[in-house]
Amino acid sequence: MVYENPDGVRIGLEVHVQLNKLNTKLFCGCSTKYHNSEPNTHVCPVCLGLPGSLPVINERAVEFAMKIGLALNCSIVEQTQFHRKNYYYPDLPKGFQTTQYDYPIAGQGKIMIEGEDGERVIRITRAHMEEDPGRLQHMGSIDRSKGTLINYNRSGMTLIEIVSEPDMRSPKEARRYLDKLRSILDYLDVFDGDLEGAMRVDANVSVFNGERVEVKNISSFKGAERALLYEIMRQKNHIRRGGTITLETRHFDEARGVTLSMRTKEEEHDYRYFPEPDLVPLRVADRVPEVLKTLPELPDAKKERFMKEYGIADMHARALTTEIKLANFYEEVAAKVDPKAAAVWIADILKGELNYRDLAIDAFTVDDIVDIVELVTSNRITEQSGVEIIRTVLDHGGKPQDIVNEKGLLKVEDDIVAKAVGEAIAENPEAVADYLAGKEKSLNFIVGKVMQKTKGRADAREAREKVLEELKE
Amino acid sequence: MAAWTDISVIRQKITDSSAEEVTSSYIETIGKSKINGFTTLWDEAINVARKIDANGHDGALAGIPIAIKENISTKGLSTTCSSKILQGYVPPYDAHVIERLKEAGAVILGKTNMDEFAMGTSTESSYYGPTLNPWDHERVPGGSSGGSAAVVAAGEAPASLGSDTGGSVRCPAAFCGVVGLKPTYGCISRYGLISYANSLEQIGPLATNVADVAALMDVVAGYDHRDSTSINRDNTYSDALKDDVKGLKIGVPEEYFAEGIDEKVKAAVWDSISKFEEMGATYEKISMPHTKYALAAYYIIAMSEASSNLARFDGTRYGYRADGENWHVMASKTRAQGFGAEVKRRILLGTYALSAGYHDKYYLKALKVRTLVKQDFDRALANVDVLMGPTMPAPAFKIGEKIEDPLSLYLTDVNTVPINLAGVPSISVPCGLADGMPVGLQIIGKHFDENTIIRAAYSFEQNTDHHNKRPPEVA
Repeated sequence: MVYENPDGVRIGLEVHVQLNKLNTKLFCGCSTKYHNSEPNTHVCPVCLGLPGSLPVINERAVEFAMKIGLALNCSIVEQTQFHRKNYYYPDLPKGFQTTQYDYPIAGQGKIMIEGEDGERVIRITRAHMEEDPGRLQHMGSIDRSKGTLINYNRSGMTLIEIVSEPDMRSPKEARRYLDKLRSILDYLDVFDGDLEGAMRVDANVSVFNGERVEVKNISSFKGAERALLYEIMRQKNHIRRGGTITLETRHFDEARGVTLSMRTKEEEHDYRYFPEPDLVPLRVADRVPEVLKTLPELPDAKKERFMKEYGIADMHARALTTEIKLANFYEEVAAKVDPKAAAVWIADILKGELNYRDLAIDAFTVDDIVDIVELVTSNRITEQSGVEIIRTVLDHGGKPQDIVNEKGLLKVEDDIVAKAVGEAIAENPEAVADYLAGKEKSLNFIVGKVMQKTKGRADAREAREKVLEELKE
Repeated sequence: MAAWTDISVIRQKITDSSAEEVTSSYIETIGKSKINGFTTLWDEAINVARKIDANGHDGALAGIPIAIKENISTKGLSTTCSSKILQGYVPPYDAHVIERLKEAGAVILGKTNMDEFAMGTSTESSYYGPTLNPWDHERVPGGSSGGSAAVVAAGEAPASLGSDTGGSVRCPAAFCGVVGLKPTYGCISRYGLISYANSLEQIGPLATNVADVAALMDVVAGYDHRDSTSINRDNTYSDALKDDVKGLKIGVPEEYFAEGIDEKVKAAVWDSISKFEEMGATYEKISMPHTKYALAAYYIIAMSEASSNLARFDGTRYGYRADGENWHVMASKTRAQGFGAEVKRRILLGTYALSAGYHDKYYLKALKVRTLVKQDFDRALANVDVLMGPTMPAPAFKIGEKIEDPLSLYLTDVNTVPINLAGVPSISVPCGLADGMPVGLQIIGKHFDENTIIRAAYSFEQNTDHHNKRPPEVA
């Protein structure tokens, strides 16, 4: 089935990724671990833009940027250069942002996503390095604040801006693209996506091949989907009422879920880009082979390998390889128990329970899931009991074997089930008569009685089969 | 009476008496100054001198007093670029050159006056008022490092540091009859030098003689990892202090004697070149055809960079702050009230030159001219060892004479700016007087070949008497 894209939606995304796993900032030696620190304690003359200070490029930041570029299948430029983007804002201590312009470190690339109608290529335009500005903080709420404070701890952090072509046709595809991007970055170990401000999104969106509108200030993936849904609807309604869409920049109000106009094309800044004289051009092409060697197996490759090596389904392999931690967890489990069963238990059940509780895979141990899968596959407990054990471990702690013992979850012997079946039939002649007269529902009643007698330790499916057998005779 | 004293003589004085005594005698001289060369004196100077006495005069410049231009960051000592907008700014860190000077035991006397943000050729645009030329108090000392040159010429400091973006060390050296060196771009770390036009400028030493300039270079030059344009290269500048120019090939660019040059300046420079011939050098007249475009290219590049470099002065973090009902109004008013007329003119022109629609026509074209000017130097210096010409086309002009006519002021930089565009080193040495005012001879060398121009300048000094001419009232 081919996706028709009835509204001619085109979405391109600009994603800012803060490389918070670097030890120091982009142009100075200040520590990047400021997230729990007092304001303005991770600063120096360079990131405060004091007169006379000069930037020096962080070599590891360049390595990280190359890694990202290569993982996104981008070409790496021979020689990269920094430019100044000039504009005034209080969080920008130099009155310009040091960024890249016509020689970004990474050029055209692409990644694969699961699109509306199957695998889809999303082209990457470029990925470039730049410095993060500081942060404005209001004293209390924004309207009642007596003043604005500036925290420069973030100033000078390394950002990578990844720009895509407008290849996404729906908010869902945009979401898939963001998830894939995050997955790849997660594999590269260049950032901690859970830290505040680690990934920020600007979206360019148009409908019916019209002019594009840029939506800024999107701070989460969910927010991106919502902002895009709203913006597409707004553009469609505007056109329906006879309006035309013109180039403009809009701001996403996360609380209200709407986009508001910030500035039109006439009001766009002239950033007066020019090469940063304090930084010399940097030759990076020679380092590509060396950086390539440090690239890990990426999500797509790992997914293919899981399917081949473990014989698991595409859907499971995809779910297991989204996060590197989950993939590693799975491989440890798969080495000890049946890989197919492990895939089902981790991808379908455990992950669902974790998501429900907003927990990551770290919340569970390999040994515990190995025990549970073994108990189920050796037919000692029911699947239902397996799920119950997972829930108990997550909510109250404890070891699977202890939980089995405490709750008496071991499956009961066949003769006990047989006995319970006999009793249930003998004690409920009316239900038996009803079933034989064609009332299917009565069968459930009898099976329910069997489960009651075995205190739920019988396998419901097996109990049902046994009741049927008895009644046939 | 104030006097010119070589560093070697001061060293002897320190040994005979003390660094403290030497420093306090300079502070006394400065106290009687009439030229407004210093903006701020360092109240720690005497304590530093005492410490040096206590520690046994350790270091290449132990106890030697030195004056520092207002745009070089000194920890705990006001650094304002002679601008209202930086009033109250005290850097929390030392520039690389200051660290080096302190390690060598030098005693920083204080900060010297300059054109606001180094934008000028006369030191008249300073927020602190003009510095007077010690040779004639009605005349300018040159600029923008006018204070640094004037205090040396007036005997208020034996040596100083200035900065040279388009001639700002060499011009005041020439106007005040002292020696000033603009090193090769990358030779001295700019870390801590408040940028005016970063792709052009270098810190440079000024002193009464070539040997002292070389002594300062030995201390302040060298690699610094904090300046990405600094070059890692070992050199001892004092090794070049040899009286020997036999076989030295001199190129004399005809463009440096273009229309409008003062006849007496021209005569003094040609006399100097003849002297070099006498001393065993040879010369040939050469042409550097793109010189006439250098001035325009220089001003476009410098102003463009300045428009961005000076954007940080918005009253938010340090320095002067005006009142305003919101940040944008506060920042605008701060800049309107904090910058002087010449600084505003250059910010506006630079902003214009970088704007969409004009960027290619001005900024990009200026960069292309810069490449052509550089090629002129490469070509010329492939055949000769050094180039010589007048540092300034005329001696120091009167205070107020040109300040209302910026273009005539810009035109006086015609012989100094090509050197900054090319990044090559150049030294200005006294080579005579024109109507009682000093004339500077400019000796230009190949990239990182400071030693050849130092040797030429030193030899010239050994064989002439020009460097012994002093302003009236100075011994």
